[in-house]
Amino acid sequence: MPESMKLCGEDLRCVRGGRVVFDSIAFEARAGRPLLVRGRNGAGKSSLLRLIAGLIRRDRGTLSLTGGDPDLDLSAHCHYFGHQDALKSSLSVTESLTFWQTFFGAPLASVPDALEQVDLAHLAHLPAGYLSAGQRRRLSLARLLISKRPVWLMDEPTSALDKASEARLLELMTDHLARDGLIIAATHLPIALDHADHMEMSSLQSVNADDWVMT
Amino acid sequence: MSALGSLYRREIRLAVRAGGGAMMGCLFFLIVVTVVPFAVGPDLNLLSRIGPAILWIGALLATLLGLDRLFQTEQEDGSLDLILMSGWPMELIVVTKCAAHWTATALPLVLAAPLFAVFLNLEPVAIAAVTGTLFVGTPALTLIGAIGAALTVSLKRGGLLLAILVLPFTVPVLIFGVSATYGAITDPAPFTTPFVILCAISLFASVLGPIAAAAALRSAQD
Repeated sequence: MPESMKLCGEDLRCVRGGRVVFDSIAFEARAGRPLLVRGRNGAGKSSLLRLIAGLIRRDRGTLSLTGGDPDLDLSAHCHYFGHQDALKSSLSVTESLTFWQTFFGAPLASVPDALEQVDLAHLAHLPAGYLSAGQRRRLSLARLLISKRPVWLMDEPTSALDKASEARLLELMTDHLARDGLIIAATHLPIALDHADHMEMSSLQSVNADDWVMT
Repeated sequence: MSALGSLYRREIRLAVRAGGGAMMGCLFFLIVVTVVPFAVGPDLNLLSRIGPAILWIGALLATLLGLDRLFQTEQEDGSLDLILMSGWPMELIVVTKCAAHWTATALPLVLAAPLFAVFLNLEPVAIAAVTGTLFVGTPALTLIGAIGAALTVSLKRGGLLLAILVLPFTVPVLIFGVSATYGAITDPAPFTTPFVILCAISLFASVLGPIAAAAALRSAQD
């Protein structure tokens, strides 16, 4: 890789349902250094991640990725690890992962390897409908390991995970950073990652008439 | 291309497994076809006269039955977000999903139509004609329905709304499908003209449907 990757956002503004969620947000995420976005409930952490992922429209501002593949959109560089597991209860663990690997392309770890890494190898043939909340979460995490995408957008990554799984998650995140990956994680709990950059999002508390935008 | 192939296989798998609803359309079709003779009475001539229309109405409603879940299930569990982030054009994704949906739900209807046509006392020529018209006409129903499914993606219980939105646009398919079938059995009426128009509607829908559905899905992600 010629230069290390960097994702910058400038002057971002997000409007949802006629309400300004955040305004004039800027950030810089660098390869190897996790960016932890913190803030209260409703401060717009999830909206920021979804905006970077291209899942909601940005009202204003620019997002630029340096060092990426110029032929691909920013969203095709990103893995999104959100609140929803995106699992189909009638597909088995292996079928689910194999589908996402072929669908996303750029295979990285093989499916059995990835399952081994999130400690689900013994459940490989079970339909996802039988998994517990934490196991679903881990399976969802395995999706980040099977396809090579440099930017991980993680929304409350530690939710529903027990202590051991949380430690495993941190190891996987550290590995990804060591491979020059980018991580932007939204969290209200502290995450023990080295060299982390922090970003505080405060909610726009006074909802006055100017915050309401006619759409 | 293998990515879209794997999406197609996944859709088929989901459709034929528990809760997928691939056979629901076929069962609904069977219900419609078996109930009609009880309602109109044991007049075989009347049955064979209205038979093609009954089969087409049954197929139309059976196709619409499962369509509301086409994108809604993906939206609910977050898969749609990941699909949108895949980098594949949404139009191709819609085409693939529609192709899989057609294979899993409409193709069984087409294959069952010859058997169900016997229930309605159709002659062999009429059976062939109704099966042929259903084969070329049902893709249009699925593709037009996909637009409605995309528009109602974020609405809970959008099923009825989908039917109301989509049914007016499926009327031409119904008209030309049924008139082509009658053209095959009654002498002065032509078969080829309505059949060719039916093919044209399917081709038109295969372009317009994915573009409109993809636009609707993108704007729904907000």
